[in-house]
Amino acid sequence: MPAAAVLSVPSASRPRAADLGAQGEPYLWMLGGALALGIAMIAGLLVLVLWNGLVTFVPREIALLTLADGSRIAGETVRAETFRVPAERLEGLAPEAKAKIAAEHGLARRTLYRTGNYDVYNDDFRWIADFEVAGVAYPDGMIFAERLEWGPFVGRLQSVTVDGEVLAASDIRAANVRAAHDLARARWQRIRKIERVEIGAVNHILERERLALRRVALTSGEDSAAWRAAAARFESRQTDAQARHKMLALEATRLKERDARDRIVLVEIGGAAKDMALSQVVRMYRANEFTWADRAAIYLSRWWEFLSDEPREANTEGGVLPAIFGTFAMTILMVIVVAPFGIVTALYLREYARQGRVVALVRISVNNLAGVPSIVYGVFGLGFFAYLLGGNIDQLFYAERLPNPTFGTGGLLWAALTLALLTVPVVIVATEEAIAAVPRSMREGSLACGASKWQTIRRIVLPRAMPGILTGIILAMARGAGEVAPLMLIGVVKLAPELPIDGLFPFVHLERSFMHLGFHVFDVGFQSRNSEAGKPMVFVTTLLLIALIAAMNVTAIALRNRLKRRFAGGHF
Amino acid sequence: MNALSPAPEALFGPTVTHPRDGGQGHNLESDRFNLWYGATQALFDVTFAVERGLVTALIGPSGCGKSTLLRAINRMNDLIDGLKIAGEIRVDGRNIYTPDTDVIALRKRMGMVFQKPNPFPMSIFENVVYPLRVDGLSDRRLLAETAERALVDSALWDEVKDRLQDNALGLSGGQQQRLCIARAIAGEPDVLLMDEPCSALDPIATARIEELIDELRGQYTIVLVTHNMQQAARVSDNTAFMYLGRLIEYGETEAIFTAPRDTRTQGYITGRFG
Ligand SMILES: Nc1ncnc2c1ncn2[C@@H]1O[C@H](COP(=O)(O)OP(=O)(O)OP(=O)(O)O)[C@@H](O)[C@H]1O
Ligand SMILES: [Mg+2]
Repeated sequence: MPAAAVLSVPSASRPRAADLGAQGEPYLWMLGGALALGIAMIAGLLVLVLWNGLVTFVPREIALLTLADGSRIAGETVRAETFRVPAERLEGLAPEAKAKIAAEHGLARRTLYRTGNYDVYNDDFRWIADFEVAGVAYPDGMIFAERLEWGPFVGRLQSVTVDGEVLAASDIRAANVRAAHDLARARWQRIRKIERVEIGAVNHILERERLALRRVALTSGEDSAAWRAAAARFESRQTDAQARHKMLALEATRLKERDARDRIVLVEIGGAAKDMALSQVVRMYRANEFTWADRAAIYLSRWWEFLSDEPREANTEGGVLPAIFGTFAMTILMVIVVAPFGIVTALYLREYARQGRVVALVRISVNNLAGVPSIVYGVFGLGFFAYLLGGNIDQLFYAERLPNPTFGTGGLLWAALTLALLTVPVVIVATEEAIAAVPRSMREGSLACGASKWQTIRRIVLPRAMPGILTGIILAMARGAGEVAPLMLIGVVKLAPELPIDGLFPFVHLERSFMHLGFHVFDVGFQSRNSEAGKPMVFVTTLLLIALIAAMNVTAIALRNRLKRRFAGGHF
Repeated sequence: MNALSPAPEALFGPTVTHPRDGGQGHNLESDRFNLWYGATQALFDVTFAVERGLVTALIGPSGCGKSTLLRAINRMNDLIDGLKIAGEIRVDGRNIYTPDTDVIALRKRMGMVFQKPNPFPMSIFENVVYPLRVDGLSDRRLLAETAERALVDSALWDEVKDRLQDNALGLSGGQQQRLCIARAIAGEPDVLLMDEPCSALDPIATARIEELIDELRGQYTIVLVTHNMQQAARVSDNTAFMYLGRLIEYGETEAIFTAPRDTRTQGYITGRFG
């Protein structure tokens, strides 16, 4: 301490300088750093998902490559990377290319192109190394056509035929081509509606009648008077239904015949022509002659299809409406189950149970439940809910459908119950804390007015604790909506054509299996025939899942904050 | 403290009793009442009778058991774990510590005002009519009339009549306390138990509440815990002085404050301890 010496302060027997820790700064930096790291990780994740999710649907230009060997390919650029060139590929190369690779220590760049035309090439994607390319162009007239089957087609338009008549225009942007396309698509929608919805409804009714008859047979035996009456009714209903079925089928056939007469012929870059029904093309555009408005329109129409349509092509194309709906319905159902169950349990534990060793044990168990791996809940749900409970329900109420299980297999209800079980500890803990935090003076005020314990709980404690309880429910909801593992055992499927809620009695079908965004991510990314095509969809679906959970949480938080405001105030 | 002699027998002689007679008999009687919080005894052999229709003040140093005694009267202490009692407290001659006592009915007969205002997180109106809601009443006219009467009686009506549907937590501390008084009298009890109702209030609000107690005199039997000697002197008819869990002297307020018969009472009211 030179300063001390100058001022001639008697030198202290102990050091006067505060050590670094006493000032708290290092800890502050550490805490701040940890927080910053956490935030950066979350932000990074969100940015990754957002970016990848948002660019997926942007329409891209089609590159036309001329290769060194003279062949040509056309496709959208997907991504580029550096790779080590294998020895056998080096052999046939020109010397200058070889020298260039050698200069790069055996590395070269290559680019992935989405060439489409799976039906012609047997592949959608192709890697092209830079040294193979002789020339790149982006010529006009290249068409990117999304099809119902076989994925996209990349090529040029040859002709459009409407009802056997070749249209003069050979541009897909021409008004008559567009009108014909729209008409064909509308006709196709109509066919799908007849086949799926209307004939589906007839079949549903027919099945219901058949089951009703079977039921009568099971309860009062065949050849009884009741059975005969039921059989007669079944006959008449069946005739009705069959007549209607025939009518619808006829209409569908007529429309299909008409549909087959509107055709489009596209040629790929190698010259192979593909003749298909115009209605098979979902969307087509000239990829190299875009204005910004065109681009935006296609981008939005792809999003709209994604949000509002059913999946096709093994989930890699089309939309995810059933998955959105399934996730939403399952989460809501879960909340409907978990909220009262958790609240009642917590109320009992906190307000009525004699506080002692047993209650302490129960509390510890509940807390530990939150740490059980979620797949275990799936196993439990399948074993207990589906097989045991569901099996018995089927025996009792759906005997006529056996051996086909109704509730005896995974489904929406069992999935929601399983997730409710998984998330109930969160609600219990939050509720217990919230009711413990209700000031004693408020309970006393109520009791002093002559309110019973239950009245006090219902009128004072619960409303006052509601924001805290809602926080618990929000946490439970967030956890439940994002859970996938147990659902794979207990009701989520790759493709569920029927939504759990529809126009057919009894409208809500809790026994049905359903689709889920979380599972969809897994399925589309890693289980489909074409994982390269599925990859972008992984991000879009993830983005959607995050958005859905965020939307539900924001709603719940807004509700909670509105409640909270009631308990604010109180200035003295 | 130095005014007191050390010997316990001398310290706690029999209660000196000379209350004013209200002429309507006794509403509450405490008969050799003892109370323990777990192992510690908080009340020792408290014996006295509250005159119907009069205002009785409970005074004494902090921790002497005033709140405990007051809360024993409507059995608010029941909520506390490990509570034990001995002796009786009688309301209209009936012991309220028998197993067959209907505690809820008992509390309905008594309004209680707490030291700190404790309005419920609901509208002013709902706060006042809470005792009626609890009774299952929902006749709008009856509720409105009761609320108005209680709020007028508690001198709050003019301030809140235009915002009865506002949240009660938005009121000032003094208004909240008067609201709690309104709530206590809305159930039309016989007895009002007030535990330092003015401790959180400014002098103006305090004066209003004292006025209010004065107006309520005769309609209700009021037991008032207070630390404020002037207040006790101003509003009460009888005063009970408690010390270390015992009732030392219980008598006409004027006599207690001008000529206390027990030396400890004298010590306390002259400010020598406590
Ligand atoms: N819930 C409780 N558990 C244990 N002891 C308690 C409890 N409530 C009060 N006591 C004790 O009982 C004694 C009397 O308390 P009480 O609250 O009746 O005093 P008081 O006269 O109202 O005091 P103050 O004027 O400060 O309010 C005190 O010694 C206190 O510590
Ligand atoms: Mg007290």
